[in-house]
Amino acid sequence: MSASLEKGINALKEQVDSTVAAFFSSCVHCGMCAQACLFFTETGDPSRTPINKTEPLRRIWKSEYTLLGRIGKILGLSKKVDEKLLTDWETLVYDSCTLCGRCSMVCPVGNDITLMIRKTREGMVAAGHAPEGLIGATKRAVTIGSPMGVTWKALSAQIRHVEEDTGLKIPVDVEGVEYLLLLSSMEIMNFPEFIEAVAKIFDQTNSSWTISSEAFEATNSGIQIGASDIAAELVQRIVDVAEKLKVKTVISPECGHAYMAIRWDGPNLIGRPFLFKVRHILEVLDDLRTQGRLKISGKEARKLTYHDPCQISRRGGVIDEPRRLIDMFSDNFVEMPDGGKMNWCCGAGGGVSANERADEIRLKVFQRKKDQIDAVRPDAILSACSNCRIHLEDGLEEYNMDIPLLSLTETIAEHLEGSEV
Amino acid sequence: MTEIELLSWARGPGLQIATIIFVAGVVIRIFEILMLGRKANLAEAKGSEMSSGLKTIVSRTVPDRDTFQRSGLTIVAGYFFHFGLFVTFFLYAPHILFIKDLIGIGWPALPTPVVDAVAVVTIISMLAVLVNRLTNKVMRYLTNFEDLLTWFLTIAPLVTGYMAFHRMGFTAPTLLATHILSVELLLVIFPFTKLMHSFTLFLARWYNGAISGYRGVAS
Repeated sequence: MSASLEKGINALKEQVDSTVAAFFSSCVHCGMCAQACLFFTETGDPSRTPINKTEPLRRIWKSEYTLLGRIGKILGLSKKVDEKLLTDWETLVYDSCTLCGRCSMVCPVGNDITLMIRKTREGMVAAGHAPEGLIGATKRAVTIGSPMGVTWKALSAQIRHVEEDTGLKIPVDVEGVEYLLLLSSMEIMNFPEFIEAVAKIFDQTNSSWTISSEAFEATNSGIQIGASDIAAELVQRIVDVAEKLKVKTVISPECGHAYMAIRWDGPNLIGRPFLFKVRHILEVLDDLRTQGRLKISGKEARKLTYHDPCQISRRGGVIDEPRRLIDMFSDNFVEMPDGGKMNWCCGAGGGVSANERADEIRLKVFQRKKDQIDAVRPDAILSACSNCRIHLEDGLEEYNMDIPLLSLTETIAEHLEGSEV
Repeated sequence: MTEIELLSWARGPGLQIATIIFVAGVVIRIFEILMLGRKANLAEAKGSEMSSGLKTIVSRTVPDRDTFQRSGLTIVAGYFFHFGLFVTFFLYAPHILFIKDLIGIGWPALPTPVVDAVAVVTIISMLAVLVNRLTNKVMRYLTNFEDLLTWFLTIAPLVTGYMAFHRMGFTAPTLLATHILSVELLLVIFPFTKLMHSFTLFLARWYNGAISGYRGVAS
């Protein structure tokens, strides 16, 4: 990735469209977005106010796309985007933002500030101001096919284990099936139980599915770091395989940004609509529930709550599905305050967990999540994103909270009719 | 220039110039936003852009519970001064007559004592907004010259109007001329500052609602 200030400025220029211009024109500096951001509420640092994180993009918009700004530029009065600004802003744009989208929900003039920060990242990375951890993850995603360096060999070994444990056959590279299941590296390495759970559910529901040996990785470092060209390349790999195998639906696994990448950004990145559908695993399970194919036995009494992964709920639209699914096996579900579309982020999304430099702050801002969890004191927390899961486990341990973190898909598999609970 | 000449200039050429700059400026600013366009979304939709966008234009007027608790003063003072500006500007009988003279359209006014009281509340709210801006850590950090300029030029017509109505300090023509000139100054800077949010907020809220609504989320 060759980067330069000039490339960064050009990338920022390319990001300005009518939405960005309307948003910047409307900001009145009311500061309400700060109160929606856990990186402000838990640190009290006003520079972490969401709208402030967009300053590089704002300067480009102002000096290039407004009448007064253009006059100012001619007179040499406009504020420039330079190396110093980008250096100063790098930790704000990457370490202090998970792209969670809460600020976009509270801005009184309606600015989608998260979108503006996401666009700002395009300029940052093109100018060479992205965190080392994310650059490394992105390089591995391009060269090896996984941000964590997970190869097909590693996945096939996990598949063999799952087959031995369950006695079920995991279909690989099968053409013409209903579902192509994608996985995140995190699931392959840390939570292979997820593959087992899907195998069991699809066996019970008699669904045809496959995993591809060529394109199994769902995550997309390109959208986290803000490099659309790389993001597009990673999406294209999945599209090629899905179309070659002629699957009807591609399933995004329990990973927030993977869903954003393939479901909402994907077709826009490659510049054409997909010939297949994309659904989150929870949407697929909810469909199976609606069709009466997903059969659950018994209800459990543990007090359960659900942590909405930002990219799946607020930014992704999968909000009611998990609640309907939980209702199938739980008698004691409680919502955390602000649960649903206003849920607080775990603090590690948007590439923060891949950025070692942000380790300290992500655990500090977990205090917000802790307060939210403390308000309901659940026996267990369900979620549907392995990145949230890893970080929530980390945070709970850091704050001495002994609450198990469960995958919703895996929990459903445990409650399947005929399976042991 | 006598005070009568000043008043005639303010009511005549001054107002014309200010109005032209205001109208042309606003049109240019909105045009330069829309001209940029945006790409069509190629992902399969889960909800409607149009209806969600329209809903958010209205719904974003009311904050969610958590935001209200965290930003109460900003929100309450904000409601008061926006509402107050609307009432004092559009529902004060002499203003309506003035506008009717210019464009031939009039509407019913509120009783003058009511508008007078609203003006006082509005001025107090705007002072609260300023104190909040200068004392709140986040707002102070964000505040730039433009924020202070627009605050001053927004409160100026309120104060000069109040003074003119109550004949405070100066002669009637001078007070009225000052009031009209303060409005003209506001009109002139309006299109080139954040005051443009009065228009662009409808675009911004629509985009926000449309982006979210497309994905099936009410924003």
